[in-house]
Amino acid sequence: MENLVSTSDICTYHEVEYTFISSLNEAGLVELKVVNHTTYIPESELQKLERMIRLHNDLEINIAGIEAITHLLERVEQMQEEMRRLRNRVHT
Amino acid sequence: MAFIDYYQILGVPKNAPEKDIKNAYRKLARKYHPDLNPNDAEANKKFQQLNEANEVLSDPEKRKKYDQYGENWQHGEEYEKYSRQQQQHRQHEPFTGGHTSSFEGFGGEDFSDFFQSMFGQRGGAGGSARGGQPKYRGQDYNAELHLNLKDVAETHKQTLTVNGKNIRLTIPAGVENGQTIKIAGHGGQGVNGGPAGDLFIAFSVADDPRFKRDGKDLFGTVKLDLYTAILGGEVTVDTLNGKVKIKVKPETQNGTKVKLKGKGMPVYKKEGEFGDFYITYDIQIPVNLTEKQKKLFEELAAEVKGER
Repeated sequence: MENLVSTSDICTYHEVEYTFISSLNEAGLVELKVVNHTTYIPESELQKLERMIRLHNDLEINIAGIEAITHLLERVEQMQEEMRRLRNRVHT
Repeated sequence: MAFIDYYQILGVPKNAPEKDIKNAYRKLARKYHPDLNPNDAEANKKFQQLNEANEVLSDPEKRKKYDQYGENWQHGEEYEKYSRQQQQHRQHEPFTGGHTSSFEGFGGEDFSDFFQSMFGQRGGAGGSARGGQPKYRGQDYNAELHLNLKDVAETHKQTLTVNGKNIRLTIPAGVENGQTIKIAGHGGQGVNGGPAGDLFIAFSVADDPRFKRDGKDLFGTVKLDLYTAILGGEVTVDTLNGKVKIKVKPETQNGTKVKLKGKGMPVYKKEGEFGDFYITYDIQIPVNLTEKQKKLFEELAAEVKGER
């Protein structure tokens, strides 16, 4: 069974509103789980969520911006992976 | 230890008002934030410098001190005294800087030596103004591990020393050059009971002169003497795990490719699965022929021509 962290803990800890997390969830950016009427975040989603919270808190980026950034970052990571593969092929 | 020009880092003049400093910091942070620059050590470093500059220049007290002693910090006797007092002071009361340091927890090293000599160790992440003692995840560590192709041909264990701690690491067979693995919880200690960061190990797999690698497959060239190529026979081939003898068909052409099934690299995290080893024959034309050999070739040539 995966560890779950309650959203209220996250909100207190990172000083964000619950609506922020639920909006991320509605945008399909983070997965939430409801157990006995309490909303939880699976541990595997935590790092992703914390990154989005940092983008919001540190850089004042709104949900739409975070959504765009997340998709772009995914592509950046895919491209880096692709580049690494190609570079290995060229080198050898 | 070099003097660091925090104004230059943020690109603001010395007399810049607080608002401009904040704006300059925000603008640059958006550019260099580690979350926006994955796997970019240069951007991370830059961001660390920005934070340091911001920590000093956005705090009126620190900025004053920096302006006063900054450039002459090496000579300022008074500063030395001040620094000592500060350090004593700090032992009793934790440093609670203005910056709430939500950035802690990824990528970075500590602030520069310059910063620490001037303002002391950067204390546990600030933010006491917000009430309670915030917990922070420890920072992530990055390390690079150099291996050669033979090392990654089989799963093996290695002990690494990261920041004085020994970590026993199992390196799965088949890791690729540039591949990174995460070892959860082996990064920096969390602050105030926060979870520890992760350790990221990037593998740098050196090229092997004998083999070219493409993912799970290996490629190599095998020299074949003319006679074996024509008449057929056997040739000994160096593979990653020893020599193998393979049969050569008569009349083998130069550049012929042969697949040695299962003699490539192990497939990452798939035990018992291997790629293939493709060899290309490079047929060697004999040199320094003896008179007799030359004569035999001439005979052969006449024979072949006569057939036409």
